[in-house]
Amino acid sequence: MTGVSGVVQPDLFYAREQMALSLGSHIIVACLGMAFPFIVVLAEWRGSRTGDPVYTMLARRWARAMGVLFAVGAVSGTILSFEFGILWPRWMGRFGAVMGLPFAIEGFAFFLEAIFIGIYLYGWDRLPARVHQRVGIAIGVAGLASAFFVVAANGWMNDPTGFHIVDGKVVDVKPWAALFNSALWPEATHMILAAFIVAGCLVATPHAWTLLRGRGSRYHETGLALALTVAMVAAPIQIVAGDWAARHVAQKQPTKLAAIEGVTHTETGAPLHIGGFYVDGEVKGAIRIPDLLSLLAYDNPHATVQGLDAVAAADRPPVNVVRTSFQLMVAIGFGFLGLGAWLALAWRRRRALPRSRWFLRAAVLAGPAAVLALECGWVVTEVGRQPWIVYHVMRTRDAVSDASGLRYGYFLLIAVYIVLASATFTVLRRLARVPLSESGT
Amino acid sequence: MNLANVVAAAMFSGVTLYALFAGADFGAGFWDLVAGGADRGAPARELIEESIGPVWEANHVWLIFVLVTLWTGFPSAFAPIMSTLYVPLTLAAVGIILRGSAFAFRKASRTSSQRRLFGVAFASSSVITPYFLGTVVGGVASARVPAGTRTGNVITSWCNPTSVLGGVMAVIVCAFLAAVYLAADAARRGRPELVDAFRQRAFGAGVAGTAVAVAGVIVLHADAPDLFHGLTHRGAPLIVVSAFSGASTLVLVARRRFQVARYLAALAVVAVLWGWATGQYPWMLEHELTIGAAAAPRATLVAGLVALGAGSVLLVPALTWLLVLVQRGDLVNE
Repeated sequence: MTGVSGVVQPDLFYAREQMALSLGSHIIVACLGMAFPFIVVLAEWRGSRTGDPVYTMLARRWARAMGVLFAVGAVSGTILSFEFGILWPRWMGRFGAVMGLPFAIEGFAFFLEAIFIGIYLYGWDRLPARVHQRVGIAIGVAGLASAFFVVAANGWMNDPTGFHIVDGKVVDVKPWAALFNSALWPEATHMILAAFIVAGCLVATPHAWTLLRGRGSRYHETGLALALTVAMVAAPIQIVAGDWAARHVAQKQPTKLAAIEGVTHTETGAPLHIGGFYVDGEVKGAIRIPDLLSLLAYDNPHATVQGLDAVAAADRPPVNVVRTSFQLMVAIGFGFLGLGAWLALAWRRRRALPRSRWFLRAAVLAGPAAVLALECGWVVTEVGRQPWIVYHVMRTRDAVSDASGLRYGYFLLIAVYIVLASATFTVLRRLARVPLSESGT
Repeated sequence: MNLANVVAAAMFSGVTLYALFAGADFGAGFWDLVAGGADRGAPARELIEESIGPVWEANHVWLIFVLVTLWTGFPSAFAPIMSTLYVPLTLAAVGIILRGSAFAFRKASRTSSQRRLFGVAFASSSVITPYFLGTVVGGVASARVPAGTRTGNVITSWCNPTSVLGGVMAVIVCAFLAAVYLAADAARRGRPELVDAFRQRAFGAGVAGTAVAVAGVIVLHADAPDLFHGLTHRGAPLIVVSAFSGASTLVLVARRRFQVARYLAALAVVAVLWGWATGQYPWMLEHELTIGAAAAPRATLVAGLVALGAGSVLLVPALTWLLVLVQRGDLVNE
């Protein structure tokens, strides 16, 4: 475990955990930051279009929650830009000039988001409705742009392009080529769709919970229907986008694919294993479908799938972490497909939500499940890339800072994030409990 | 002027705008902290909340701009600064988390106990954050960050006389800016009792700032001779401008000319920051790394400037609109 300077960093584990904690927290609020504005504006627009006060009330009450969540997202995102330098200075020092550009552009997108959210939240009563709604859409568009550019940087870590290394030096830097790396498009599409699913489900959950507890009203039914519909429209598209992302991984990062599927030895006509666990180089206790992995990854049932043994043992990611995360994510994705079909059928027949209490139970679970799928997907792409921070170019252990005492920063941040998470939850619950009669329309 | 200098100037403009706008928000938090008990401090806190509510998120983004420009444009300076000064930077980051979230939480809370709790978190982190960011400036300005892959001393790089001076000065400057801005805001909103309160606070902060600046001359002479030399030679005209603007601000505040006072207070801050930059030029890290040596390859600098230009086309009208709406009083709490 020696870095480029030959110095051992005993706190590498803590540095990685700190990054995982910070990113894993930020990704949730970031999803809300980009997709929630669209849901709020949808309600506001329906309200002004139909004159139905329930929609306007939904928009106003959701907007307050959005303001709180945006603030949490703004600060948790800022921390990441500190941590890139604090924890991984060698990565930034060496490659900042190559992959910094998308972050610089993202800074502007985030700036616009922050400006428009200020105008949106405080301008409700003074701006004309059409202008106000457009400002709301602008928050969301800027949020999507932010996601696009941040994912561009992550895509570069998976498919590093736009530079050469000659005699150990980074030369011939082409920042635009680095930004438009091949992983960008499938990853960004997958991420943005995930944001709509996560935001829609998380907004739906508290409404479903209230309905399940028998304190329902048209307000909660409308809120559940609107938010869940947004998520359930995105869900089937996400399965296609996920397939695209997986094919890209198969092309560019065969070792990651091998970890996702638990393929030890390179084989032709590789089977797909559903469920089970990876033990001693084999997937045990799984449903096995012959040739399907080859078919899914390369459109050919006899295609060769590279195994983990194509690289040295030290260069393989931890299989069960990656594989289990992938399986969970896919399972939840298909669960949403079923939930969406249920919703669509009921709506087609009766123009109403399904009557079953099981539907409400499923809708309550949708929020946490969407977050779980989001985190699992993030684990697949990040842990699946290990031991590399920049795929096949720089190892994570060579990127870490050599400063002493990094672990204490991590401990401090754990405490801060626990406080932040519980305060966010408490404040949001308080907002939800404000009686409907006290909400201005 | 070469490309690296252009990018460095753009980045330092970001530092300046962060100090002027977010600095005033931090200062508002300082005054929130010392506003007194729940009842006595309520009017001041209300003014503070109304003044910074619609703009603080946008003001905060200047910091992101500085960080991304530093790591894209000058990666070999970013890396050692962040790794050597990781302790104050982590503490500042924690302060940023607490301040931003607690401010939003307080706005959304209804019970007075919750409001008080989040209020204290918001206000105390508004002091912690500029203090630690000031120590970072002190560490860089007093040549305690070595270039290259080795990390400097992670304790003395920010626990030293110049860093303490930087931290204290940052808190006072934020408080000074905020008091002047808030006095102007109170006057615009027709709140005479708050005008007087913030007028006095502006004086207090101005006097404290002068005292610390005088003490700072001795500290810098002993602890950071190169910085001292830079400030008293190449940077001297700007330091004089800063002192003159600061003094004029106090005169204008005394005469209740708050609208003009705001601009002179800002000028005092701009001049001292650029005095530092001019004094330290061409070094990014004193005696270790020049701006030119720290700079990214030309292709990256060009791309960064293209992004800056294109981004500004969108950003400037949006930001102008926000500030116009704020000045017109069109952004109000529900």
